[in-house]
Amino acid sequence: MGACNIFEVSSQLLFSQVLLGLINGAFYAMLSLGLAVIFGMLNVINFTHGAQYMMGAFAAWLMLTELDIPFWAALVLSPVVVGLFGILIERLLLKRIYHLDHLYGFLLTFGLALMIEGLFQWRWGSSGAPYPSPIPGGTNLGFMFLPTYRGFVVAAALVICLATWFAIERTRLGAYLRAATENPTLVRAFGINVPRLITLTYGLGVGLAAMAGVLAAPIQQVSALMGTNLVLVVFAVVVIGGMGSIMGSIVTGFGLGIVEGFTKVCYPPASNTVIFVVMALVLLIKPAGLFGQTK
Amino acid sequence: MADTLLKVEGLQAWYGESHILHGVGFEIGRGELVTLLGRNGAGKTTTLRSIMGIVERRRGSVTFDGRETIGLPSDVIARQGIAYCPEERGIFSSLNVEENMLLPPQVKPGGMSLTEIYQLFPNLLERRRSQGTKLSGGEQQMLAIGRILRTGANLLLLDEPTEGLAPVIVQRIGEVIRTLKSRGFTILLVEQNFHFAATVADRHYVMEDGRVADMMSAADVAGNIGKLQAYLGV
Repeated sequence: MGACNIFEVSSQLLFSQVLLGLINGAFYAMLSLGLAVIFGMLNVINFTHGAQYMMGAFAAWLMLTELDIPFWAALVLSPVVVGLFGILIERLLLKRIYHLDHLYGFLLTFGLALMIEGLFQWRWGSSGAPYPSPIPGGTNLGFMFLPTYRGFVVAAALVICLATWFAIERTRLGAYLRAATENPTLVRAFGINVPRLITLTYGLGVGLAAMAGVLAAPIQQVSALMGTNLVLVVFAVVVIGGMGSIMGSIVTGFGLGIVEGFTKVCYPPASNTVIFVVMALVLLIKPAGLFGQTK
Repeated sequence: MADTLLKVEGLQAWYGESHILHGVGFEIGRGELVTLLGRNGAGKTTTLRSIMGIVERRRGSVTFDGRETIGLPSDVIARQGIAYCPEERGIFSSLNVEENMLLPPQVKPGGMSLTEIYQLFPNLLERRRSQGTKLSGGEQQMLAIGRILRTGANLLLLDEPTEGLAPVIVQRIGEVIRTLKSRGFTILLVEQNFHFAATVADRHYVMEDGRVADMMSAADVAGNIGKLQAYLGV
């Protein structure tokens, strides 16, 4: 990467890659946010997250093609449907393993992801289906052509992330969540139904993943495996940001998207690995992650 | 007793495989202030945690206001009107003082208002934007007591509120506990510090090896100092 000389790169290429990085970062942020919220409350690393993101995109696509439900309605409906599916999983399966080692949570959620992705692949194949952009057109920024929809995705992701942050850090329900993350037994002894709070948290985290999936549908092909590769990067983002840190996930998500964009300009072969290199470095220097607290 | 608020009978409790309580029995009248005394490991904290429903493996009977609670989960028990102040205080580090204060939800009408609680603990008002765990030990204790006064619960379970605190703070907490009693709260106090307990309580139960070994009223204490000292090993 030492080969990179920022002055030799055309500003056109640089800006466009950074902007593309920002768009990727928007998805990293939304997905790692949901993972962080779920991990904080359930102590489960939700490996089903990528599959739930895919389900969000699929739900929107099915709503459009089967029921004529437009994108904007699907942006709300799909997360609700997939979130309810998440609640079902929590009630039926996850709640049975909270007292066990992390490994069981990993095996269960990873197995679920494989099953869900397998089922979608079996039913709809793996080639993927296109989803028409709800906001066609774009703007010529001089250094690149920006499709309006992609600009919208970055803005929407920012709003979603900040709204989630606000809900957790500044509201009564958020105070329950933070307190229950620290000491669920005592919060329950104050009269708060903690098991229900846990179910709700999982539903919300899954709903966030599904909403990211809906936003991704018009950019990517809607396919059964669209979440598989993405979720690997997102796990790295969560580790870099610090497990369970809300602001950490948001900042790290967007930041790493931009880092990735830069790498594409400077040294393209490293662009797929740069996030994992950053992860290794952060773990060496600050094992709890950039925004994490050592317990 | 004319008007029993809490009645515990044959209470047994386990932590994992260890059998901690072997049939605890006592009762508290409405508006009374009763202590559980005893050495370390006698089962005082476990008794409180069993009444609160935090210890899951428990048997026997705990009736609060005439209703059996032994099979209920702790959030449902709390909603009947029992509030718990744990020995380790349980102040949340991710919440500021006021958020800690507002955390326990109201379970019944008639709790103290936030203004009244801040009048009782003026330090907390000054520091209401500080992180909960940045407070001194005494302030954390006051916060832990203060936050359960808002909820409308009429039975307070206080686990060693004076532990590790300076004498002047202990005195202050004693005043607060007397104020709470005069306001009609029923209080079950676990204490190692007998001298403190003697200044506030109406009656004392002495626990030994997971059972109640003795009971004496405040008036009987003076004549039974020797016996008490033997129980408490002081």
